[in-house]
Amino acid sequence: MRKDRKNKSGNLIIGASLAGFMLLFLLIGLLYTPYDPDAMSGGAKFAAPSLAHLFGCDQFGRDILSRVMKGTGTTFFVGAATVMIGGGIGLLVGAFTGYFGGWLDEILMRFNDAVVSFPSILLALVFISILGPGKYNVILALGVVFIPSFARMTRSEFISQREMDYVKSARLMGASHLRIMFIHILPNTLPTVLATAAIGFNNAVLAEAGMSYLGIGVQPPDASLGRMLSESQAYLATAPWCALFPGVAVILLALGFSLLSDGLQKKGGK
Amino acid sequence: MKYIVKKTGTLIITLLIVSFLSFMAFSVIPGDAAKSKLGTEATKEQVEALQHEMGLDKPVLVRYGLWLKDFVTGDMGESYSYSMPVQEMIADKIPVNLTMVLMGFFIILLFSIPLGIFTASHEGGMLDRFLMTCNQVVMSVPGFFLGILITYVFGLVLKWFTPGAYVSPSENFGGFLAYLIAPSIAIALPKSAMAVKMLRSSVITQLHMDYVRTAFSRGNRTGRVLGRHVLKNALIPVLTFWAMTIADIMANSIILEQVFTIPGMGSLLITSISNRDYPVVQGIIVLIAAMVVLINFTVDILYGKIDPRIRMDA
Repeated sequence: MRKDRKNKSGNLIIGASLAGFMLLFLLIGLLYTPYDPDAMSGGAKFAAPSLAHLFGCDQFGRDILSRVMKGTGTTFFVGAATVMIGGGIGLLVGAFTGYFGGWLDEILMRFNDAVVSFPSILLALVFISILGPGKYNVILALGVVFIPSFARMTRSEFISQREMDYVKSARLMGASHLRIMFIHILPNTLPTVLATAAIGFNNAVLAEAGMSYLGIGVQPPDASLGRMLSESQAYLATAPWCALFPGVAVILLALGFSLLSDGLQKKGGK
Repeated sequence: MKYIVKKTGTLIITLLIVSFLSFMAFSVIPGDAAKSKLGTEATKEQVEALQHEMGLDKPVLVRYGLWLKDFVTGDMGESYSYSMPVQEMIADKIPVNLTMVLMGFFIILLFSIPLGIFTASHEGGMLDRFLMTCNQVVMSVPGFFLGILITYVFGLVLKWFTPGAYVSPSENFGGFLAYLIAPSIAIALPKSAMAVKMLRSSVITQLHMDYVRTAFSRGNRTGRVLGRHVLKNALIPVLTFWAMTIADIMANSIILEQVFTIPGMGSLLITSISNRDYPVVQGIIVLIAAMVVLINFTVDILYGKIDPRIRMDA
Protein backbone atom coordinates (compact mmCIF):
# COMPACT_ATOMS: atom_id res chain seq x y z
CA MET A 1 0.00 0.00 0.00
CA ARG A 2 2.77 2.37 0.87
CA LYS A 3 4.43 1.77 -2.45
CA ASP A 4 1.16 2.72 -4.06
CA ARG A 5 0.94 6.01 -2.24
CA LYS A 6 4.46 6.92 -3.24
CA ASN A 7 3.56 6.25 -6.84
CA LYS A 8 0.44 8.42 -6.54
CA SER A 9 2.19 11.67 -5.78
CA GLY A 10 5.06 10.61 -8.07
CA ASN A 11 2.92 10.93 -11.16
CA LEU A 12 1.56 14.25 -10.01
CA ILE A 13 5.02 15.67 -9.34
CA ILE A 14 6.60 14.44 -12.56
CA GLY A 15 3.57 15.55 -14.56
CA ALA A 16 3.47 18.96 -12.94
CA SER A 17 7.19 19.53 -13.49
CA LEU A 18 7.03 18.40 -17.12
CA ALA A 19 4.00 20.59 -17.80
CA GLY A 20 5.66 23.44 -15.92
CA PHE A 21 8.84 23.04 -17.93
CA MET A 22 6.97 23.14 -21.24
CA LEU A 23 5.00 26.16 -20.02
CA LEU A 24 8.21 27.95 -19.13
CA PHE A 25 9.68 26.98 -22.50
CA LEU A 26 6.78 28.50 -24.43
CA LEU A 27 6.52 31.57 -22.17
CA ILE A 28 10.17 32.31 -22.87
CA GLY A 29 9.36 31.75 -26.54
CA LEU A 30 6.76 34.52 -26.37
CA LEU A 31 9.34 37.04 -25.13
CA TYR A 32 12.59 35.81 -26.58
CA THR A 33 13.70 33.35 -29.24
CA PRO A 34 17.38 32.85 -30.13
CA TYR A 35 16.64 33.74 -33.78
CA ASP A 36 13.69 35.19 -35.65
CA PRO A 37 11.59 32.03 -36.23
CA ASP A 38 10.76 33.11 -39.79
CA ALA A 39 14.17 34.48 -40.81
CA MET A 40 15.58 32.43 -43.67
CA SER A 41 19.27 32.01 -44.20
CA GLY A 42 20.76 30.30 -47.24
CA GLY A 43 24.03 29.49 -45.49
CA ALA A 44 22.36 27.69 -42.59
CA LYS A 45 20.19 25.47 -44.80
CA PHE A 46 19.88 22.03 -43.15
CA ALA A 47 22.53 22.95 -40.58
CA ALA A 48 22.89 20.06 -38.12
CA PRO A 49 22.35 20.77 -34.42
CA SER A 50 25.31 22.75 -33.09
CA LEU A 51 26.06 25.34 -30.42
CA ALA A 52 24.86 28.15 -32.70
CA HIS A 53 21.64 26.29 -33.60
CA LEU A 54 20.88 23.87 -30.77
CA PHE A 55 18.13 22.06 -32.69
CA GLY A 56 19.63 22.64 -36.16
CA CYS A 57 18.00 24.40 -39.13
CA ASP A 58 15.29 23.49 -41.62
CA GLN A 59 15.11 23.56 -45.43
CA PHE A 60 15.07 27.38 -45.50
CA GLY A 61 17.79 27.76 -42.89
CA ARG A 62 15.30 28.77 -40.20
CA ASP A 63 16.35 28.04 -36.61
CA ILE A 64 14.36 25.02 -35.42
CA LEU A 65 14.65 25.82 -31.70
CA SER A 66 12.99 29.20 -32.26
CA ARG A 67 10.29 27.63 -34.41
CA VAL A 68 9.61 24.87 -31.89
CA MET A 69 9.25 27.55 -29.19
CA LYS A 70 6.67 29.42 -31.26
CA GLY A 71 4.94 26.22 -32.37
CA THR A 72 4.63 24.94 -28.79
CA GLY A 73 3.00 28.27 -27.96
CA THR A 74 0.41 27.85 -30.73
CA THR A 75 -0.30 24.25 -29.79
CA PHE A 76 -0.67 25.15 -26.13
CA PHE A 77 -2.96 28.04 -26.96
CA VAL A 78 -5.19 25.83 -29.12
CA GLY A 79 -5.28 23.15 -26.40
CA ALA A 80 -6.09 25.60 -23.61
CA ALA A 81 -8.77 27.45 -25.60
CA THR A 82 -10.34 24.15 -26.62
CA VAL A 83 -10.57 23.04 -23.00
CA MET A 84 -12.09 26.41 -22.05
CA ILE A 85 -14.83 26.13 -24.68
CA GLY A 86 -15.48 22.40 -24.44
CA GLY A 87 -14.96 22.24 -20.69
CA GLY A 88 -16.95 25.37 -19.91
CA ILE A 89 -20.02 24.45 -21.94
CA GLY A 90 -19.72 20.76 -21.08
CA LEU A 91 -19.55 21.59 -17.38
CA LEU A 92 -22.73 23.67 -17.57
CA VAL A 93 -24.63 21.04 -19.58
CA GLY A 94 -23.43 18.25 -17.28
CA ALA A 95 -24.22 20.21 -14.11
CA PHE A 96 -27.79 21.05 -15.16
CA THR A 97 -28.67 17.65 -16.61
CA GLY A 98 -27.08 15.79 -13.71
CA TYR A 99 -28.67 17.95 -11.03
CA PHE A 100 -32.18 18.22 -12.45
CA GLY A 101 -32.47 15.03 -14.52
CA GLY A 102 -35.78 14.69 -16.38
CA TRP A 103 -36.62 14.33 -20.06
CA LEU A 104 -34.17 16.95 -21.28
CA ASP A 105 -31.42 14.98 -19.59
CA GLU A 106 -32.63 11.81 -21.30
CA ILE A 107 -32.63 13.41 -24.76
CA LEU A 108 -29.28 15.14 -24.33
CA MET A 109 -27.63 11.96 -23.12
CA ARG A 110 -28.95 9.89 -26.04
CA PHE A 111 -27.53 12.55 -28.32
CA ASN A 112 -24.30 12.50 -26.32
CA ASP A 113 -23.96 8.75 -26.70
CA ALA A 114 -24.19 9.08 -30.46
CA VAL A 115 -21.53 11.78 -30.57
CA VAL A 116 -19.12 10.24 -28.05
CA SER A 117 -18.96 6.96 -29.95
CA PHE A 118 -17.61 8.83 -32.95
CA PRO A 119 -13.84 9.47 -33.30
CA SER A 120 -13.27 13.09 -32.30
CA ILE A 121 -10.75 13.92 -34.99
CA LEU A 122 -13.24 12.94 -37.72
CA LEU A 123 -15.91 15.09 -36.18
CA ALA A 124 -13.46 17.97 -36.07
CA LEU A 125 -12.71 17.33 -39.76
CA VAL A 126 -16.43 17.73 -40.54
CA PHE A 127 -16.37 21.14 -38.86
CA ILE A 128 -13.17 22.14 -40.61
CA SER A 129 -14.56 21.15 -43.99
CA ILE A 130 -17.46 23.52 -43.37
CA LEU A 131 -15.64 26.36 -41.59
CA GLY A 132 -12.34 26.14 -43.45
CA PRO A 133 -8.90 25.71 -41.83
CA GLY A 134 -7.15 28.15 -39.49
CA LYS A 135 -6.24 28.47 -35.83
CA TYR A 136 -9.58 29.78 -34.56
CA ASN A 137 -11.66 27.33 -36.56
CA VAL A 138 -9.59 24.46 -35.16
CA ILE A 139 -10.28 25.73 -31.64
CA LEU A 140 -13.99 26.04 -32.40
CA ALA A 141 -14.18 22.59 -33.99
CA LEU A 142 -12.24 20.82 -31.23
CA GLY A 143 -14.08 22.76 -28.53
CA VAL A 144 -17.48 21.69 -29.82
CA VAL A 145 -16.26 18.13 -30.28
CA PHE A 146 -15.12 17.93 -26.66
CA ILE A 147 -18.37 19.17 -25.09
CA PRO A 148 -20.04 15.71 -24.83
CA SER A 149 -17.24 13.98 -22.93
CA PHE A 150 -17.06 16.82 -20.40
CA ALA A 151 -20.84 16.90 -20.06
CA ARG A 152 -20.97 13.17 -19.43
CA MET A 153 -18.24 13.27 -16.78
CA THR A 154 -19.70 16.25 -14.91
CA ARG A 155 -23.19 14.78 -15.11
CA SER A 156 -22.23 11.52 -13.45
CA GLU A 157 -20.40 13.43 -10.71
CA PHE A 158 -23.44 15.63 -10.07
CA ILE A 159 -25.75 12.63 -9.99
CA SER A 160 -23.67 10.92 -7.32
CA GLN A 161 -23.44 14.13 -5.27
CA ARG A 162 -27.02 15.38 -5.46
CA GLU A 163 -28.43 12.76 -3.06
CA MET A 164 -25.74 13.34 -0.43
CA ASP A 165 -26.66 14.62 3.00
CA TYR A 166 -24.83 17.90 2.70
CA VAL A 167 -26.87 18.76 -0.37
CA LYS A 168 -30.10 17.89 1.43
CA SER A 169 -29.22 20.02 4.43
CA ALA A 170 -28.23 22.92 2.20
CA ARG A 171 -31.62 22.59 0.55
CA LEU A 172 -33.35 22.56 3.96
CA MET A 173 -31.54 25.74 4.84
CA GLY A 174 -33.18 27.31 1.83
CA ALA A 175 -30.21 27.56 -0.53
CA SER A 176 -31.20 28.13 -4.15
CA HIS A 177 -30.53 25.46 -6.78
CA LEU A 178 -27.84 27.53 -8.45
CA ARG A 179 -26.11 28.10 -5.14
CA ILE A 180 -26.20 24.39 -4.30
CA MET A 181 -24.89 23.47 -7.74
CA PHE A 182 -21.99 25.85 -7.97
CA ILE A 183 -21.07 26.71 -4.37
CA HIS A 184 -21.70 23.35 -2.72
CA ILE A 185 -21.44 20.57 -5.30
CA LEU A 186 -18.92 21.95 -7.79
CA PRO A 187 -15.93 22.13 -5.39
CA ASN A 188 -16.46 18.45 -4.55
CA THR A 189 -16.31 17.45 -8.19
CA LEU A 190 -13.15 19.46 -8.80
CA PRO A 191 -10.60 16.58 -8.81
CA THR A 192 -12.58 14.73 -11.49
CA VAL A 193 -13.28 17.88 -13.47
CA LEU A 194 -9.62 18.89 -13.42
CA ALA A 195 -8.50 15.40 -14.41
CA THR A 196 -10.98 15.45 -17.30
CA ALA A 197 -9.71 18.86 -18.33
CA ALA A 198 -6.13 17.57 -18.37
CA ILE A 199 -7.13 14.60 -20.54
CA GLY A 200 -9.09 16.96 -22.78
CA PHE A 201 -6.07 19.20 -23.13
CA ASN A 202 -3.99 16.18 -23.99
CA ASN A 203 -6.41 15.06 -26.69
CA ALA A 204 -6.64 18.59 -28.04
CA VAL A 205 -2.85 18.82 -28.36
CA LEU A 206 -2.67 15.52 -30.23
CA ALA A 207 -5.68 16.39 -32.42
CA GLU A 208 -4.29 19.82 -33.31
CA ALA A 209 -0.92 18.31 -34.20
CA GLY A 210 -2.66 15.69 -36.33
CA MET A 211 -4.85 18.20 -38.14
CA SER A 212 -2.00 20.59 -38.79
CA TYR A 213 0.05 17.66 -40.00
CA LEU A 214 -2.69 16.94 -42.54
CA GLY A 215 -2.50 20.58 -43.64
CA ILE A 216 -6.05 21.45 -42.58
CA GLY A 217 -5.26 22.75 -39.11
CA VAL A 218 -3.29 25.82 -38.13
CA GLN A 219 -2.20 27.75 -41.24
CA PRO A 220 0.97 29.79 -41.84
CA PRO A 221 2.18 32.31 -40.73
CA ASP A 222 1.20 30.71 -37.38
CA ALA A 223 3.97 28.30 -36.42
CA SER A 224 2.69 24.81 -35.73
CA LEU A 225 4.43 21.65 -34.58
CA GLY A 226 2.22 19.44 -36.75
CA ARG A 227 2.99 21.46 -39.87
CA MET A 228 6.72 21.41 -39.11
CA LEU A 229 6.49 17.63 -38.90
CA SER A 230 4.74 17.31 -42.22
CA GLU A 231 7.26 19.62 -43.94
CA SER A 232 10.19 17.77 -42.39
CA GLN A 233 9.12 14.45 -43.84
CA ALA A 234 10.49 15.16 -47.31
CA TYR A 235 13.98 15.67 -45.85
CA LEU A 236 13.87 12.84 -43.34
CA ALA A 237 16.86 11.03 -44.82
CA THR A 238 19.19 14.04 -44.84
CA ALA A 239 17.92 16.12 -41.91
CA PRO A 240 16.14 13.94 -39.34
CA TRP A 241 16.45 16.65 -36.68
CA CYS A 242 13.80 18.67 -38.50
CA ALA A 243 11.28 15.99 -37.49
CA LEU A 244 12.75 14.95 -34.16
CA PHE A 245 12.48 18.15 -32.15
CA PRO A 246 8.93 19.22 -32.99
CA GLY A 247 7.82 15.62 -32.37
CA VAL A 248 9.52 15.50 -28.99
CA ALA A 249 7.89 18.81 -28.07
CA VAL A 250 4.43 17.36 -28.79
CA ILE A 251 5.23 14.25 -26.76
CA LEU A 252 6.51 16.20 -23.74
CA LEU A 253 3.46 18.47 -23.77
CA ALA A 254 1.07 15.51 -23.97
CA LEU A 255 3.02 13.39 -21.48
CA GLY A 256 3.16 16.14 -18.87
CA PHE A 257 -0.58 16.62 -18.90
CA SER A 258 -1.44 12.93 -19.02
CA LEU A 259 0.68 12.31 -15.90
CA LEU A 260 -0.90 15.34 -14.29
CA SER A 261 -4.37 13.99 -14.99
CA ASP A 262 -3.43 10.57 -13.65
CA GLY A 263 -2.07 12.07 -10.48
CA LEU A 264 -5.15 14.24 -9.96
CA GLN A 265 -7.48 11.31 -10.54
CA LYS A 266 -5.71 9.12 -8.00
CA LYS A 267 -5.54 11.92 -5.49
CA GLY A 268 -9.23 12.72 -5.82
CA GLY A 269 -10.68 9.24 -5.98
CA LYS A 270 -9.76 5.77 -4.85
CA MET B 1 -33.95 -11.72 -26.92
CA LYS B 2 -35.47 -8.63 -25.34
CA TYR B 3 -31.94 -7.34 -24.89
CA ILE B 4 -31.13 -7.71 -28.58
CA VAL B 5 -34.37 -6.00 -29.61
CA LYS B 6 -33.65 -3.11 -27.29
CA LYS B 7 -30.08 -2.76 -28.55
CA THR B 8 -31.25 -2.91 -32.16
CA GLY B 9 -33.65 -0.09 -31.39
CA THR B 10 -30.80 1.99 -29.99
CA LEU B 11 -28.71 1.12 -33.03
CA ILE B 12 -31.33 2.41 -35.45
CA ILE B 13 -31.88 5.60 -33.46
CA THR B 14 -28.14 6.27 -33.28
CA LEU B 15 -27.70 5.64 -37.00
CA LEU B 16 -30.58 8.05 -37.75
CA ILE B 17 -29.12 10.74 -35.47
CA VAL B 18 -25.64 10.39 -36.93
CA SER B 19 -26.83 10.43 -40.54
CA PHE B 20 -29.21 13.33 -39.93
CA LEU B 21 -26.48 15.37 -38.26
CA SER B 22 -24.04 14.78 -41.09
CA PHE B 23 -26.74 15.57 -43.60
CA MET B 24 -27.65 18.78 -41.80
CA ALA B 25 -24.02 19.78 -41.35
CA PHE B 26 -23.54 19.85 -45.09
CA SER B 27 -26.89 21.50 -45.82
CA VAL B 28 -26.20 24.63 -43.79
CA ILE B 29 -23.04 25.46 -45.74
CA PRO B 30 -23.18 29.02 -47.02
CA GLY B 31 -23.65 29.04 -50.79
CA ASP B 32 -25.47 25.95 -51.95
CA ALA B 33 -24.32 23.04 -54.01
CA ALA B 34 -25.87 24.23 -57.26
CA LYS B 35 -23.98 27.53 -57.15
CA SER B 36 -20.66 25.94 -56.32
CA LYS B 37 -21.13 23.40 -59.08
CA LEU B 38 -21.90 26.00 -61.75
CA GLY B 39 -19.30 28.52 -60.65
CA THR B 40 -19.68 32.27 -60.25
CA GLU B 41 -20.63 33.07 -63.82
CA ALA B 42 -23.94 31.20 -63.83
CA THR B 43 -27.15 33.13 -64.33
CA LYS B 44 -29.96 33.06 -61.81
CA GLU B 45 -32.12 30.90 -64.09
CA GLN B 46 -29.38 28.33 -64.56
CA VAL B 47 -28.88 28.08 -60.80
CA GLU B 48 -32.60 27.69 -60.20
CA ALA B 49 -32.90 25.04 -62.89
CA LEU B 50 -30.05 23.05 -61.41
CA GLN B 51 -31.40 23.53 -57.89
CA HIS B 52 -34.66 22.03 -59.11
CA GLU B 53 -32.84 19.21 -60.84
CA MET B 54 -30.80 18.42 -57.73
CA GLY B 55 -33.91 18.68 -55.57
CA LEU B 56 -32.48 21.57 -53.55
CA ASP B 57 -35.80 23.49 -53.60
CA LYS B 58 -37.55 20.85 -51.49
CA PRO B 59 -37.89 21.10 -47.68
CA VAL B 60 -34.95 19.82 -45.62
CA LEU B 61 -36.71 16.78 -44.16
CA VAL B 62 -37.85 15.61 -47.58
CA ARG B 63 -34.32 16.02 -48.90
CA TYR B 64 -32.96 14.08 -45.94
CA GLY B 65 -35.42 11.26 -46.61
CA LEU B 66 -34.50 11.10 -50.28
CA TRP B 67 -30.80 11.27 -49.52
CA LEU B 68 -31.09 8.52 -46.91
CA LYS B 69 -33.01 6.30 -49.33
CA ASP B 70 -30.31 6.77 -51.96
CA PHE B 71 -27.52 6.22 -49.45
CA VAL B 72 -28.96 2.97 -48.14
CA THR B 73 -29.36 1.67 -51.69
CA GLY B 74 -25.71 2.50 -52.35
CA ASP B 75 -26.05 5.79 -54.21
CA MET B 76 -23.93 8.37 -52.39
CA GLY B 77 -24.30 11.17 -54.90
CA GLU B 78 -21.83 12.60 -57.37
CA SER B 79 -18.49 14.25 -56.70
CA TYR B 80 -18.35 17.95 -57.66
CA SER B 81 -14.72 17.87 -58.74
CA TYR B 82 -14.61 14.58 -60.62
CA SER B 83 -18.25 14.23 -61.75
CA MET B 84 -18.05 10.61 -60.70
CA PRO B 85 -20.37 8.65 -58.39
CA VAL B 86 -18.97 8.87 -54.87
CA GLN B 87 -19.46 5.17 -54.16
CA GLU B 88 -17.21 4.28 -57.10
CA MET B 89 -14.47 6.56 -55.79
CA ILE B 90 -14.67 5.07 -52.32
CA ALA B 91 -15.23 1.41 -53.14
CA ASP B 92 -11.66 0.37 -53.90
CA LYS B 93 -10.29 2.44 -50.99
CA ILE B 94 -12.35 0.85 -48.23
CA PRO B 95 -10.39 -2.45 -48.21
CA VAL B 96 -7.12 -0.53 -47.74
CA ASN B 97 -8.34 1.14 -44.54
CA LEU B 98 -10.13 -1.94 -43.29
CA THR B 99 -6.94 -3.98 -43.68
CA MET B 100 -5.01 -1.35 -41.72
CA VAL B 101 -7.65 -1.32 -38.99
CA LEU B 102 -7.73 -5.11 -38.72
CA MET B 103 -3.95 -5.40 -38.64
CA GLY B 104 -3.73 -2.58 -36.11
CA PHE B 105 -6.35 -4.22 -33.93
CA PHE B 106 -4.58 -7.56 -34.10
CA ILE B 107 -1.32 -5.92 -33.03
CA ILE B 108 -3.10 -4.25 -30.11
CA LEU B 109 -4.38 -7.61 -28.89
CA LEU B 110 -0.97 -9.16 -29.42
CA PHE B 111 0.73 -6.56 -27.21
CA SER B 112 -1.87 -5.71 -24.64
CA ILE B 113 -3.18 -9.06 -23.42
CA PRO B 114 0.17 -10.61 -22.38
CA LEU B 115 1.60 -7.33 -21.12
CA GLY B 116 -1.56 -6.38 -19.22
CA ILE B 117 -1.72 -9.74 -17.43
CA PHE B 118 2.01 -9.82 -16.78
CA THR B 119 2.22 -6.33 -15.27
CA ALA B 120 -0.91 -6.90 -13.17
CA SER B 121 0.34 -10.16 -11.69
CA HIS B 122 3.71 -8.54 -10.91
CA GLU B 123 2.16 -5.35 -9.55
CA GLY B 124 4.68 -3.07 -7.88
CA GLY B 125 7.69 -5.06 -9.04
CA MET B 126 10.66 -3.55 -10.83
CA LEU B 127 9.69 -4.85 -14.26
CA ASP B 128 6.08 -3.74 -13.80
CA ARG B 129 7.17 -0.23 -12.90
CA PHE B 130 9.61 -0.06 -15.78
CA LEU B 131 6.99 -1.30 -18.26
CA MET B 132 4.35 1.07 -16.93
CA THR B 133 6.72 4.02 -17.27
CA CYS B 134 7.43 3.10 -20.89
CA ASN B 135 3.72 2.64 -21.33
CA GLN B 136 2.95 6.14 -20.11
CA VAL B 137 5.45 7.62 -22.57
CA VAL B 138 4.19 5.60 -25.54
CA MET B 139 0.62 6.71 -24.79
CA SER B 140 1.61 10.32 -25.39
CA VAL B 141 3.27 9.77 -28.76
CA PRO B 142 1.05 10.89 -31.62
CA GLY B 143 0.63 8.02 -34.10
CA PHE B 144 1.87 10.02 -37.06
CA PHE B 145 5.10 10.96 -35.28
CA LEU B 146 5.60 7.30 -34.44
CA GLY B 147 5.07 6.67 -38.14
CA ILE B 148 7.79 9.17 -39.03
CA LEU B 149 10.16 7.59 -36.48
CA ILE B 150 9.47 4.12 -37.87
CA THR B 151 10.04 5.40 -41.41
CA TYR B 152 13.38 6.85 -40.34
CA VAL B 153 14.70 3.99 -38.21
CA PHE B 154 13.36 0.95 -40.07
CA GLY B 155 12.92 2.44 -43.53
CA LEU B 156 15.87 4.76 -44.02
CA VAL B 157 18.53 3.54 -41.57
CA LEU B 158 17.91 -0.21 -41.34
CA LYS B 159 16.25 -0.43 -44.79
CA TRP B 160 13.74 -3.09 -43.72
CA PHE B 161 11.18 -1.56 -46.06
CA THR B 162 11.11 1.17 -48.70
CA PRO B 163 9.12 4.20 -47.56
CA GLY B 164 6.56 5.26 -50.15
CA ALA B 165 6.75 2.02 -52.15
CA TYR B 166 3.07 1.16 -51.72
CA VAL B 167 1.92 -2.00 -53.46
CA SER B 168 -1.73 -2.21 -54.50
CA PRO B 169 -3.54 -5.36 -53.33
CA SER B 170 -4.63 -6.38 -56.85
CA GLU B 171 -0.99 -6.32 -57.94
CA ASN B 172 0.59 -8.29 -55.14
CA PHE B 173 -1.47 -9.07 -52.06
CA GLY B 174 1.48 -10.27 -49.98
CA GLY B 175 3.46 -7.13 -50.76
CA PHE B 176 0.42 -5.02 -49.91
CA LEU B 177 0.13 -6.63 -46.48
CA ALA B 178 3.86 -6.34 -45.89
CA TYR B 179 3.80 -2.61 -46.67
CA LEU B 180 0.91 -2.08 -44.25
CA ILE B 181 2.78 -3.62 -41.31
CA ALA B 182 4.73 -0.47 -40.46
CA PRO B 183 1.73 1.92 -40.51
CA SER B 184 -0.36 -0.60 -38.57
CA ILE B 185 2.26 -0.74 -35.83
CA ALA B 186 2.36 3.04 -35.73
CA ILE B 187 -1.42 3.13 -35.30
CA ALA B 188 -1.48 0.32 -32.79
CA LEU B 189 1.33 1.14 -30.36
CA PRO B 190 -0.16 4.17 -28.55
CA LYS B 191 -3.51 2.37 -28.32
CA SER B 192 -1.83 -0.81 -27.06
CA ALA B 193 -0.27 1.22 -24.29
CA MET B 194 -3.71 2.44 -23.24
CA ALA B 195 -5.10 -1.08 -23.48
CA VAL B 196 -2.29 -2.44 -21.29
CA LYS B 197 -3.11 0.18 -18.69
CA MET B 198 -6.84 -0.65 -18.76
CA LEU B 199 -6.33 -4.41 -18.65
CA ARG B 200 -3.76 -4.15 -15.88
CA SER B 201 -6.02 -2.17 -13.58
CA SER B 202 -8.96 -4.42 -14.43
CA VAL B 203 -6.99 -7.58 -13.64
CA ILE B 204 -5.73 -6.02 -10.40
CA THR B 205 -9.30 -5.23 -9.32
CA GLN B 206 -10.30 -8.82 -10.00
CA LEU B 207 -7.28 -10.23 -8.15
CA HIS B 208 -8.55 -8.63 -4.94
CA MET B 209 -11.93 -10.39 -5.23
CA ASP B 210 -12.99 -13.18 -2.90
CA TYR B 211 -13.44 -15.73 -5.65
CA VAL B 212 -9.75 -15.42 -6.51
CA ARG B 213 -8.80 -16.21 -2.92
CA THR B 214 -11.15 -19.17 -3.02
CA ALA B 215 -9.61 -20.38 -6.26
CA PHE B 216 -6.12 -20.13 -4.75
CA SER B 217 -7.19 -21.82 -1.53
CA ARG B 218 -8.41 -24.76 -3.52
CA GLY B 219 -4.86 -25.28 -4.66
CA ASN B 220 -4.96 -23.80 -8.16
CA ARG B 221 -1.76 -22.48 -9.64
CA THR B 222 -1.39 -18.79 -10.48
CA GLY B 223 -1.51 -19.41 -14.21
CA ARG B 224 -4.71 -21.39 -13.95
CA VAL B 225 -6.42 -18.82 -11.71
CA LEU B 226 -5.45 -16.04 -14.08
CA GLY B 227 -6.39 -17.88 -17.22
CA ARG B 228 -9.58 -19.60 -16.14
CA HIS B 229 -11.08 -17.25 -13.60
CA VAL B 230 -9.63 -13.76 -13.65
CA LEU B 231 -9.18 -13.09 -17.34
CA LYS B 232 -12.81 -13.78 -18.19
CA ASN B 233 -14.03 -11.19 -15.70
CA ALA B 234 -11.24 -8.73 -16.30
CA LEU B 235 -11.90 -8.59 -20.04
CA ILE B 236 -15.46 -7.27 -19.66
CA PRO B 237 -14.62 -3.59 -19.04
CA VAL B 238 -11.74 -3.79 -21.52
CA LEU B 239 -14.08 -4.94 -24.27
CA THR B 240 -15.77 -1.53 -24.40
CA PHE B 241 -12.37 0.08 -24.63
CA TRP B 242 -11.41 -2.14 -27.55
CA ALA B 243 -14.59 -1.21 -29.37
CA MET B 244 -13.78 2.47 -28.92
CA THR B 245 -10.25 1.74 -30.09
CA ILE B 246 -11.51 0.44 -33.42
CA ALA B 247 -13.20 3.78 -34.05
CA ASP B 248 -10.00 5.55 -33.11
CA ILE B 249 -7.68 3.46 -35.23
CA MET B 250 -10.06 3.97 -38.12
CA ALA B 251 -9.62 7.73 -37.69
CA ASN B 252 -5.88 7.37 -37.19
CA SER B 253 -5.49 5.24 -40.31
CA ILE B 254 -6.54 8.36 -42.20
CA ILE B 255 -3.58 10.31 -40.80
CA LEU B 256 -1.12 7.43 -41.10
CA GLU B 257 -2.01 7.11 -44.78
CA GLN B 258 -0.38 10.49 -45.33
CA VAL B 259 2.80 9.45 -43.49
CA PHE B 260 3.26 6.32 -45.56
CA THR B 261 1.72 7.70 -48.80
CA ILE B 262 -0.99 5.07 -48.96
CA PRO B 263 -3.87 5.90 -51.32
CA GLY B 264 -6.83 5.14 -49.06
CA MET B 265 -9.98 6.91 -47.92
CA GLY B 266 -7.93 9.41 -45.92
CA SER B 267 -6.10 11.03 -48.80
CA LEU B 268 -9.41 11.22 -50.69
CA LEU B 269 -11.07 12.80 -47.65
CA ILE B 270 -8.34 15.39 -47.19
CA THR B 271 -8.28 16.45 -50.85
CA SER B 272 -12.06 16.59 -50.86
CA ILE B 273 -12.07 18.81 -47.78
CA SER B 274 -9.56 21.15 -49.42
CA ASN B 275 -11.60 21.19 -52.67
CA ARG B 276 -14.90 21.56 -50.78
CA ASP B 277 -16.15 18.48 -52.56
CA TYR B 278 -18.96 17.95 -50.05
CA PRO B 279 -20.66 14.82 -51.44
CA VAL B 280 -17.38 12.91 -51.12
CA VAL B 281 -16.70 14.22 -47.61
CA GLN B 282 -20.26 13.42 -46.58
CA GLY B 283 -20.13 9.92 -48.07
CA ILE B 284 -16.89 9.02 -46.32
CA ILE B 285 -17.92 10.49 -42.98
CA VAL B 286 -21.32 8.80 -42.91
CA LEU B 287 -19.79 5.51 -44.00
CA ILE B 288 -17.20 5.60 -41.23
CA ALA B 289 -19.85 6.67 -38.72
CA ALA B 290 -22.06 3.77 -39.73
CA MET B 291 -19.16 1.33 -39.37
CA VAL B 292 -18.30 2.68 -35.93
CA VAL B 293 -21.91 2.44 -34.74
CA LEU B 294 -22.20 -1.10 -36.09
CA ILE B 295 -19.01 -2.16 -34.32
CA ASN B 296 -20.33 -0.75 -31.04
CA PHE B 297 -23.59 -2.61 -31.59
CA THR B 298 -21.74 -5.89 -32.13
CA VAL B 299 -19.74 -5.36 -28.96
CA ASP B 300 -22.93 -4.64 -26.99
CA ILE B 301 -24.44 -7.88 -28.20
CA LEU B 302 -21.24 -9.81 -27.39
CA TYR B 303 -21.27 -8.18 -24.00
CA GLY B 304 -24.68 -9.58 -23.21
CA LYS B 305 -23.54 -13.00 -24.40
CA ILE B 306 -20.42 -13.00 -22.21
CA ASP B 307 -21.95 -11.47 -19.12
CA PRO B 308 -25.63 -12.36 -18.57
CA ARG B 309 -25.88 -9.77 -15.78
CA ILE B 310 -25.79 -6.99 -18.38
CA ARG B 311 -28.63 -8.59 -20.31
CA MET B 312 -30.72 -8.66 -17.13
CA ASP B 313 -30.05 -5.02 -16.32
CA ALA B 314 -31.18 -3.81 -19.68
